[in-house]
Amino acid sequence: MLIFVVRRLGTMIMTMVVVSILLFLLLEINSSSVAIKVLGPYTSEEQRNLWLEAHGYFRPIYVRYFDWLGHFLIGDFGDSTRFKVPVGQMLWPRLANTGILGLATMLVVIPLSLALGVLAGMREGSKLDRTISVSSIVTTSVPEFASAVLLSAIFVYYLDLLPGTSAMSDGFSLVQLILPAMVLVIYDFGYVTRMTRASMAEVMTTHYIRTAVLKGLPYRTVIMRHALRNALIAPFTVIMLQINWLLSGVIVVEFYFAYKGFGALLLEASLNQDLFMIEACAMVAVFVAVATQTIADVGYTYLNPRIRFA
Amino acid sequence: MVEQAIPLQRRESRILRLLKGVALIRESVVGMIGLTLIVIWVTAALFADVLAPFPPNETIMPMAAPGSEAPGGGVFWLGTDHIGRDILSRIIYGSRRVLTFAPLATLCAYAVGIPMGLAAGYRRGRTDDILSFIANVILSFPVLVLYVIIIATIGASAVNILVAVTFASAPGIFRIVRGLALDLRNREYVFAAETRGESPWRIMMIEILPNARGPLIVDACLRLGYVIITIGVLGFLGLGLPPPDPDWGGMINETRQMAMSFPHMTIFPGIAISSLVLGFNLLADGLREVSLRD
Amino acid sequence: MTGNGSSKRGNYDGPILECKNLSISYFTRAGEIPAVVDFNLTLNQGDSVGLVGESGCGKSTVAMAIMQYLGNNGGIVGGQVIYKGRDLATMSEDDLRHLRGNDIAMVYQEPMASLNPSMTLGRQLMEVPLHHDQVSEAEAMERALKVLGDVKLPDPERVMAAYPHQVSGGQQQRVVIAMALLSNPSLLLLDEPTTALDVTVEAGIIELIAEIAEKYNTSMIYISHNLGLILATCDRVNVMYSGVVVESGTVNEVFDRMRHPYTKGLFSAIPLPGADKTARPLVPIRGQLPLPHQRPAGCYFGPRCDFFEEGRCDVAVHGTTIPMAPVDNASGHEVRCVRWNEIDWAAHRPEGLSGETIPIGKEVLSVSNMRKYYELHDNSIAAMIKGRRVRYVKANESISFTAHECETVAIVGESGCGKSTFAKVLMGLETATEGEVNFNGVDLSKQPVQKRSQGQIGSMQMIFQNPFDTLNPSHTVGSQLARVIKKFGVESNKDRIEQRVMELLDLVKLPRDFARRRPRQLSGGQKQRVGIARAFAGNPAMVVADEPVSALDVSVQAAVTGLLMDIQRELRTTLLFISHDLSLVRYLADRVVVMYLGSIMEQGTTDQVFAPPYHPYTEALLSAVPIADTSVQKTRIILEGSLPSVMNPPKGCPFHTRCQRKIGRICETETPPHADAGDGHVIFCHIPIEELRKVDPVIVQTGKADQPAAQ
Repeated sequence: MLIFVVRRLGTMIMTMVVVSILLFLLLEINSSSVAIKVLGPYTSEEQRNLWLEAHGYFRPIYVRYFDWLGHFLIGDFGDSTRFKVPVGQMLWPRLANTGILGLATMLVVIPLSLALGVLAGMREGSKLDRTISVSSIVTTSVPEFASAVLLSAIFVYYLDLLPGTSAMSDGFSLVQLILPAMVLVIYDFGYVTRMTRASMAEVMTTHYIRTAVLKGLPYRTVIMRHALRNALIAPFTVIMLQINWLLSGVIVVEFYFAYKGFGALLLEASLNQDLFMIEACAMVAVFVAVATQTIADVGYTYLNPRIRFA
Repeated sequence: MVEQAIPLQRRESRILRLLKGVALIRESVVGMIGLTLIVIWVTAALFADVLAPFPPNETIMPMAAPGSEAPGGGVFWLGTDHIGRDILSRIIYGSRRVLTFAPLATLCAYAVGIPMGLAAGYRRGRTDDILSFIANVILSFPVLVLYVIIIATIGASAVNILVAVTFASAPGIFRIVRGLALDLRNREYVFAAETRGESPWRIMMIEILPNARGPLIVDACLRLGYVIITIGVLGFLGLGLPPPDPDWGGMINETRQMAMSFPHMTIFPGIAISSLVLGFNLLADGLREVSLRD
Repeated sequence: MTGNGSSKRGNYDGPILECKNLSISYFTRAGEIPAVVDFNLTLNQGDSVGLVGESGCGKSTVAMAIMQYLGNNGGIVGGQVIYKGRDLATMSEDDLRHLRGNDIAMVYQEPMASLNPSMTLGRQLMEVPLHHDQVSEAEAMERALKVLGDVKLPDPERVMAAYPHQVSGGQQQRVVIAMALLSNPSLLLLDEPTTALDVTVEAGIIELIAEIAEKYNTSMIYISHNLGLILATCDRVNVMYSGVVVESGTVNEVFDRMRHPYTKGLFSAIPLPGADKTARPLVPIRGQLPLPHQRPAGCYFGPRCDFFEEGRCDVAVHGTTIPMAPVDNASGHEVRCVRWNEIDWAAHRPEGLSGETIPIGKEVLSVSNMRKYYELHDNSIAAMIKGRRVRYVKANESISFTAHECETVAIVGESGCGKSTFAKVLMGLETATEGEVNFNGVDLSKQPVQKRSQGQIGSMQMIFQNPFDTLNPSHTVGSQLARVIKKFGVESNKDRIEQRVMELLDLVKLPRDFARRRPRQLSGGQKQRVGIARAFAGNPAMVVADEPVSALDVSVQAAVTGLLMDIQRELRTTLLFISHDLSLVRYLADRVVVMYLGSIMEQGTTDQVFAPPYHPYTEALLSAVPIADTSVQKTRIILEGSLPSVMNPPKGCPFHTRCQRKIGRICETETPPHADAGDGHVIFCHIPIEELRKVDPVIVQTGKADQPAAQ
């Protein structure tokens, strides 16, 4: 088991390295375009060359890469051209905000979808199952921007219950968190519910559940002790990967509700060609993704006795 | 001693079998609803010129309410937007763009993902390790982050978006095909083909791939839905194809500032895109249900 | 087991179980499908009754009906199941729960699938007394340990803490049996409990079951398709066909004085070791099992019966079928046949498969000292420390034998013996590590299939085990055969290819229009015939048949076996027949090679191998095979332990960990010699041949040897 964990960590690091190289190449290979992006399009070539020289852009590319990597690892991401402050100063608070939003979302999604999925899977083909399944399909068919628009129209325009934006200019406000979280929850819970349902339904048809029933165990015991143990392994992985998904999902939501989060930051940076900010955001996003994937893999191996004690 | 034949109806031609396969979906209510939704939108796309009451880009009367009359005759069934264009017409013409682009992008993604997945699942070993690593690297980018970065760097054009979508979808397809291939390669008929000395590519394409049809078709429907959403999101974020051609996501983006006063401008495109995606998702679910019943 | 059974036992005097006119149907989209019709059974305490029949006869459905667990789409549509005087249909869910696992227990076919993979075995065992008898955890653990000892599992503590995948198949099944016995049930249902196990392991389980039945006086219903197993375990037997019981009685009555043509057909279709192909040829049952919703009126077996009489046998007198008629009231022998006492069995000489022996030609295959080792790269820390990063799996160890034209050589062994590896080396999917494999003068040992010529590939082909997987479901039968013909370069012209496809279908006696069908539309036996056609497409000189009939029903086995033998005779092909079914091997092989854990234990002609001197493993194998013949007496030899792992084979003789004739240290340290017992008979053992010759034969035909096997 230990070997496995070490191996996966190794893969994780290797992935990060490859990603960093790709990113670096994609964004910084063309020195003059870098200069244009940083200094603006109205500078002369001479001004650009001076700047490039000062920042070491005429060195060979691999030297530049390691230099960049070195800076990166100690947290020096450079200065943001859009916001005119060091990248880190914008990045970390925004990331924390997104974390809060994500946490709020997950606190609702996880219990909701596990419960619905198990109930649906337990009685496959029943009315309850069909209702839950179809609801899940419908909610995952509505893209976030569409549901954001719709929910805003209902709660802000018609009912006047919730604020239309979530800029949180006066400090943290729970009310402003509701709509963005609601949009995320609605879109996301359907997927996890369906995965849980599929896993549960599959477990219910296995022979060992039949054995448990024919042993005379009460139905509750069959479900709680025999079925869930096996059925919840796959959803665990799915939930971990949803954390990864959240980083994508928040882009639209934060953009729409003007929530000062990581997604909005990345978007703004991309639209404004803020090179160093983009790099930093991308690396952070990939790190979170790869970390959750690794945890998911390790967790899956740990929870599944067949693999754990091979 | 001659074996008796199990009683069978007439022999069936290829086309008949295909139609029968499609007709099976009739057994699933959910699938039928999905198929209907899709057919409605395909019709809209095909006959846009006939069905749309107004030209999509003509500015007539700004901010008209749904159901109001147009100055030169005709009705703005869904109202007009902030510049004065008829929303219904824009939605109908918008379906064209979505329904040409999404299937094309999905097809490209499959064209890349299927051979890679087959090779990784059938051959395993180094091929699998390398391909899986590449796929994992790509998959480790949260999808939208990937799109945002790519489009922001290389710019938004039809080809670029196509490339971006293919690039982002192919690893997911790779994973699924690889899983199917890993399972199917242990079948005896694959083993039989190997003992005949068949070439690996022949085995992959002729022995393995046809038997992976079922799950792949279901996945294709789901993926189409997802690609449509992606195109919508890109449009919404301002990274889609440039105006004035109608793009559902773009329509919402352009009008969202006025959403508080004129919600109809954003709601109808939202419903449009949701219904099309719903169609594909329901169809996929129906197909899955029917294939399980067999 | 504890005395807690007293509330369940002892107080009740009558029959434990009564099934009266039981009819069970499944309800699908296509309508109601009757699965079991008019089933009657009376089981007294301590009785064991067998339900025997082929697939689709409804025997497992009966078991599920007794458990009242027919699923959402199954239901009892007629009759009753009465357990200790109470109609089970009237019982509440709670009452049923009380009975299950407690008073009525079940043992299943696939032990691995029937155990929860995420729960320790100990936990799964302890659940039974914890829920039914409301005992403490400590008490439950004690009981579990005790019952594990009763089922003869070594090291019960380790088993308790283990997960199902950490113990072997035989051990898993013992745990399942233990789970069933924990609460001392009055009725034990066993649904094909040994089908998934190796034959030597199976023998141990059978003996265990027999002991338990006797010791605890448990009533048993034993379901199987294997007549030999029924003979070994049951007092009474019900033969089922297409949902009805066609013959019922004590085991001796039915086995020796069978009356129903189907029962007779079943017995004639299985090879019995007491006789060979000339004296008692296999007789297949013609026709096909009717589909459940297309059963004929009257006698369901009618269309396939040689004694069918129109007007009498096709009239539904009793519901949709005919009633049971008593044959012998004293012993309770009944038969569902209208003409049962008109049939003169002595005069009935059905056409069996031709038993003529064919002259054997020149040598075609010669394998000398072939070794196949697989390399395992061990990346664990332990291996790095020890410095041994590469380990070897010795799949085949010095294999040597020959095969001649038109000869049938059987390779016999259980799982892990290396027969599949050997087949792979022959076919070129693996290359030998050492040694020679000479086929028609060419050494193929280092030639993978990619390097062989089309002619060479076509000249040696394989028939596979699983008919349901052997054909690609997405292509038509004809196109698959055509592909093979084209690939081997037999024909290249499109019309000639089509012609050849038709010829092949004729060869395997399938109708020509099957070429347009997809495998989905064929039965198991038909698919296997196509598999045979495919193997013979290139006019092979040698065909390797890997358990070609094991997955088929008994009556179909005889037909397919016969077909294979006919084709071999006609085309003078060499047949390498891999199997674990010793009775079949005795029937069709000229020479036999017995393998265990990668090495050849014994080889010789069929007569030589099946008589003393035996290798101890051969002796145990012969003893383990169930034989459906009351006139045969078998010495009982049960092997201890389970098959060692191929990665860690025992030193010296690979068999010494289980050998019942182990002589001492020499077996553990030195590799045995290949001792020559005369005339090409070779035994791989330290025991001197002379001593082995003195051993009694395992299978002895008593008394009734000169009578034909029926009546």
